[in-house]
Amino acid sequence: MTEHKFSPGTRVQVARKDPYHHTRVPAYVRGATGVIKSYDGSFNLADLVAQGIPCTPEPVYCVQFEAQDLFGDGSHAITVNIWESSLSEEDKK
Amino acid sequence: MSGHHDDRSGHHDDRNGFNAAKIRWFESLLEENGLLAPGEVDDFLASYLKQANPNNGARIVARAWIDPAFRERLVADAPNAIRELKLVDPSDGEVTEEQHLKVVSNSPGKHNMIVCTLCSCYPLWLLGPSPSWYKNPWYRAEAVRNPRGVLREFGFEIPEPTEITVWDASSEMRYMVLPERPEGTDGMSEEELAELVTRNGLIGVAPH
Repeated sequence: MTEHKFSPGTRVQVARKDPYHHTRVPAYVRGATGVIKSYDGSFNLADLVAQGIPCTPEPVYCVQFEAQDLFGDGSHAITVNIWESSLSEEDKK
Repeated sequence: MSGHHDDRSGHHDDRNGFNAAKIRWFESLLEENGLLAPGEVDDFLASYLKQANPNNGARIVARAWIDPAFRERLVADAPNAIRELKLVDPSDGEVTEEQHLKVVSNSPGKHNMIVCTLCSCYPLWLLGPSPSWYKNPWYRAEAVRNPRGVLREFGFEIPEPTEITVWDASSEMRYMVLPERPEGTDGMSEEELAELVTRNGLIGVAPH
């Protein structure tokens, strides 16, 4: 188990970015806020692997989002696996 | 709305066609240079697919239905629990290291379904080759946006108080749904129960 930054229950924000290269951050959660459900192990960042850039394993989390927060309606939840470098702890405003 | 999705699907099909042609070209180069026997890739795929089928997933579900302790182990640590069943993994007889699996269990008031919005990832060796609709851009977009509407298309009505969680397989983690055991199956054997489980149930678009 690699060191990882976030623990379950932490509210995190997904980086808002739209790179030209392959990314595993689906567009519909970019910039959105969700809650860490679990740490799922560490894996090479697919965004770098796809570009042939050497990398080391990075923590991946299962992040839960509410449909209401992503789309403005809906009562369901969606979980997405996101690499740590695309997450930051939510700003407490 | 549909126009938007159709555009994307058209784009995707072009790309798939291009990639397929590229792969055929690579394959023929490898064959010409004696690095690959003619038909080797097809044979490999055929033998892999012979063992990768939803009976594996069904056996896991049936065991979980009759054995609550197994069910607990399965939900806590699926790859380890599954080893107990000694299923034949087409890759090397064991759950592969890179096969990271989470089994998400349905219960009264909680329903799960799986999708890969970025492509079509799912645990192939437990569910068999994915159905074409699973790879379709419409399913991939609508599963996260309006899962109840998608389930209705499958003739599967989920009443409103039931919480739905959609699992988007965006990393190496793969998901399988553990459906609820159907009513009226008390006297059934593990084998009979396994017969009831469908691939759609393991994806979460059917009751079991």
